Amino acid sequence: MALLKEPDLGTPAKPGEATVSVEVDGHPVTVQEGTSVMRAAALSGIDVPKLCATDSLEAFGSCRLCLVEIDGRKGTPASCTTPVSEGMRVRTQTPRLEKLRQGVMELYISDHPLDCLTCAANGDCELQDMSGVVGLRQVRYGYEGENHLDLEKDTSNPYFDFDPSKCIACSRCVRACGEVQGTFALTIEGRGFESKVSAGAGEMFFDSECVSCGACVQACPTATLQEKSVVDLGMPNRTVLTTCAYCGVGCSFKAELRGDELVRMVPYKDGGANEGHSCVKGRFAFGYATHPDRVTTPMVRDSIDDEWREVDWDTAINRVASGFRELQDTYGQGAIGGITSSRCTNEEVYVVQKMVRAAFGNNNVDTCARVCHSPTGYGLKQTFGTSAGTQDFRSVAQADVIVVIGANPTDAHPVFASRMKRRLREGAKLVVLDPRRIDLVRSPYIEATHHLQLTPGTNVAVVNAMAHVVVTEGLVDESFVADRCEEFEEWAEFIARPENSPEAVEAITGVPAEELREAARLYATGGNAAIYYGLGVTEHSQGSTMVMGMANLAMATGNIGREGVGVNPLRGQNNVQGSCDMGSFPHELSGYRHVSDDAVREVFETLWDRPILSEPGLRIPNMFDSALDGSFRGLFVQGEDIAQSDPNIGHVHAALRAMDLVVVQDLFLNETAKFAHVFLPGTSFLEKDGTFTNAERRINRVRPVMSPKTGKDEWEVACEIARAMGYDMAYEHPREIMAEIASITPTFAGVSFEKLDKLGSVQWPCNDSAPEGTPTMHVDAFVRGKGKFVSTPFVATTERSTRKYPLLLTTGRILSQYNVGAQTRRTANNTWHAEDVLELHPHDADDRGISDGDRVSLSSRVGTTSLRAVISERMPVGVVYTTFHHPDTGANVVTTENSDWATNCPEYKVTAVQVGLARQAEVVAQ
Amino acid sequence: MTEETPPQVRLANEIAVQFHHRPPEQAAQAIAQHIRMFWDPRMKAALLRLAAADPNSLDPLALAATREIG
Ligand code: SF4
Ligand code: SF4
Ligand code: SF4
Ligand code: FES
Repeated sequence: MALLKEPDLGTPAKPGEATVSVEVDGHPVTVQEGTSVMRAAALSGIDVPKLCATDSLEAFGSCRLCLVEIDGRKGTPASCTTPVSEGMRVRTQTPRLEKLRQGVMELYISDHPLDCLTCAANGDCELQDMSGVVGLRQVRYGYEGENHLDLEKDTSNPYFDFDPSKCIACSRCVRACGEVQGTFALTIEGRGFESKVSAGAGEMFFDSECVSCGACVQACPTATLQEKSVVDLGMPNRTVLTTCAYCGVGCSFKAELRGDELVRMVPYKDGGANEGHSCVKGRFAFGYATHPDRVTTPMVRDSIDDEWREVDWDTAINRVASGFRELQDTYGQGAIGGITSSRCTNEEVYVVQKMVRAAFGNNNVDTCARVCHSPTGYGLKQTFGTSAGTQDFRSVAQADVIVVIGANPTDAHPVFASRMKRRLREGAKLVVLDPRRIDLVRSPYIEATHHLQLTPGTNVAVVNAMAHVVVTEGLVDESFVADRCEEFEEWAEFIARPENSPEAVEAITGVPAEELREAARLYATGGNAAIYYGLGVTEHSQGSTMVMGMANLAMATGNIGREGVGVNPLRGQNNVQGSCDMGSFPHELSGYRHVSDDAVREVFETLWDRPILSEPGLRIPNMFDSALDGSFRGLFVQGEDIAQSDPNIGHVHAALRAMDLVVVQDLFLNETAKFAHVFLPGTSFLEKDGTFTNAERRINRVRPVMSPKTGKDEWEVACEIARAMGYDMAYEHPREIMAEIASITPTFAGVSFEKLDKLGSVQWPCNDSAPEGTPTMHVDAFVRGKGKFVSTPFVATTERSTRKYPLLLTTGRILSQYNVGAQTRRTANNTWHAEDVLELHPHDADDRGISDGDRVSLSSRVGTTSLRAVISERMPVGVVYTTFHHPDTGANVVTTENSDWATNCPEYKVTAVQVGLARQAEVVAQ
Repeated sequence: MTEETPPQVRLANEIAVQFHHRPPEQAAQAIAQHIRMFWDPRMKAALLRLAAADPNSLDPLALAATREIG
């Protein structure tokens, strides 16, 4: 489509039912009470000139360009700050207003460089537009007077420039940074003529608190804050609507191109997940898609010690197909399998799992969700009946108490974090359960009421203790439990036992009993209470137990089934939800239906014309174990770097080395490709056509902005492998794949590309009873009928600190990098985080003679790596922290084979380690 | 348990400890059911083999569960 310019109604919509009718320039219009005159005018089709107002921000009333006349009122009020009242008659175009507006514009322009024609923002500048609109023809004040034209540009941010000479001090950037992003990095320094935007006391953008979300750039009406890519490439001239491919928030973006060149990604106001906001990754870090490291030709080699040879697609596909078939002939049908990727579209994932089940003829398919949110699947299915979060993101605006458990949303789910922070600034209470003092605990205008700084590995003890307080202090929502749930009595008896009391577990968890009691009371009695959690919940030996523990707590307090409450996983990768929905688990067909269910299997068998095994296949860690025992010999890996991201890397590498045929489909020759025999080049999200499903079950369209650089869509590759193996699988277009998914998956029955194109997005379940999707789940009944209480005894992990390994390591990620970093390391995001570091408490550092910045060794019972130390009071004594974005540090060299008992999700969050100065460690090693 | 513990034994024992709070018979059934729902046939077979060869390596509840599966 041509360049999409979204309408700007000047001020935000007002909530509520009550309406007011007014007349603007003779046009009647009815709007919500509290709406501004400016917005009412815009809704009646009349744009009042404006500069400091935009509908993503509350009105500010500083530019005085939006003046109007109102019958019966003196003067010329600003329409952006004046609310409508019943019967009001407004005039927006009179000679007096015209003159006043011209006067205002004249002042602005007299202090603004007149280089419109060569300015990067030419054609996308509101100052330029408004000069035209108000009919400014001459500027009476020359440039001789004092002006700002010589101010120096700040180019320190890798993605955008700040050119203060063009600033009109409208403060939109300052307000965007506060209201929308919640970072409050910018201020207006000085007053009157002296006022100027500043990123902290005289600092450059790069050195400031700025997290490079781009909200200010988007809000800026001039070229003052401008994307570097626009300066370099020029203004875009067409738009493709698509979805970010980084995290599970699933932000909608306008990909803006100039011809065929992608110039910038601008968050889309109508995006259900993000409503016009973005973070540094989706907004700016898309350069990896065209990075020279991309491999776009298939390659093969006989052994992993050989050099790669480029081949054509047919050769590569035949090699894969014949190799896999030979392995099956020799070692049995179950000797091969596949791993689907949460980075790929639903359609691509569905086709790969179909290839495994129908063409390979087994259930050896798993997905990288194994290593992140598989416990969510298990835990929520057991208790609520389906494997998904209960709310949409918008719901957080109705929460009164927000409990964040083992998640770091400001880094890992930044756009959702901004929504959450907005609600917290409005007064919602915050409880954080995390060993580390994450940013959210104390940030501008936000302070957690309780930060329960628990010892890693004791989540279940803490959540049980909270439930203990609820049950023993009479805080149970009796009627909700009676009407909606089952097996409460047995659970209540269990949870009320003295061993679950806060006092009893204090010694294990490190959480003061009284504070835990207060937090539990707040959760139970503070109004709408919502739980948001991340991998700090799931990546534990009791990950699934913890998910059920949180579900118990929510049910016991009636915090489920309406807006503002719920139990919500913050999903890691963009399509973790979708890849799970699509039947990527070895025990489940699409829509979470077990392979042992004859009726379900029959539907698939009829459509696919192949028998499906009724017993589960291998999970990822089982594949590795079976590779080492010789029963598993060939693996297809779709877009995932198991050799870097999976725990106990030594073990993973040995398993990969033991296999006869490893096929990797990816953008880059990643770590796993070092063990591969066939490399099939993959497509980036900019080339994909399909859908992603985000953490709120929202199915968003991904639309290609360029054709596949590899000459083939990924789903076509899977189809061709299946065909070469003798199973006829073919589609003309991904829309047909979605149609097939919808035809056999009840929760997707109403989903189609046509509907998504029309509605923008839908949240599953989407079917006859919910044709436009389901924002909130379990409203009148749980998916499984009654919500089920499950007793969740705390069982300590076997991974404990010892004399040899006295510290506990926990892992996480940071804002600018993404998982194994394959994408973000290939962008300017590396400027912020060029290496993984080890955070440790000053006390632990002192004990070991470590100073900030020292190179240290980090060892566990399975391996040793080295990295730079950062001393930080965020960590409790005895706990150290690192990220796993860089292969050379390889944090997973030290993580162990321990895993969640129910799902084998690795226990990334607890590893007993020792830290020492690197040099000493080397000496010891010698 | 050591690194050399066969994975099937390690995994079965990890499941078993989660059910120690239940009456033994119920627990064995729940463990068996879990294994049936989530384990690949070769892993089940290996577990049965290992249970027969070295019953002491298994948590008593896991061992009881293997009888339900077998
Ligand atoms: S990029 Fe985002 S964080 Fe940085 S100053 Fe602008 S709005 Fe604030
Ligand atoms: S930088 Fe842009 S948004 Fe900020 S005050 Fe200046 S003109 Fe307004
Ligand atoms: S919050 Fe997630 S989905 Fe949104 S722009 Fe950032 S990385 Fe992309
Ligand atoms: S737009 Fe109303 S005062 Fe600026």
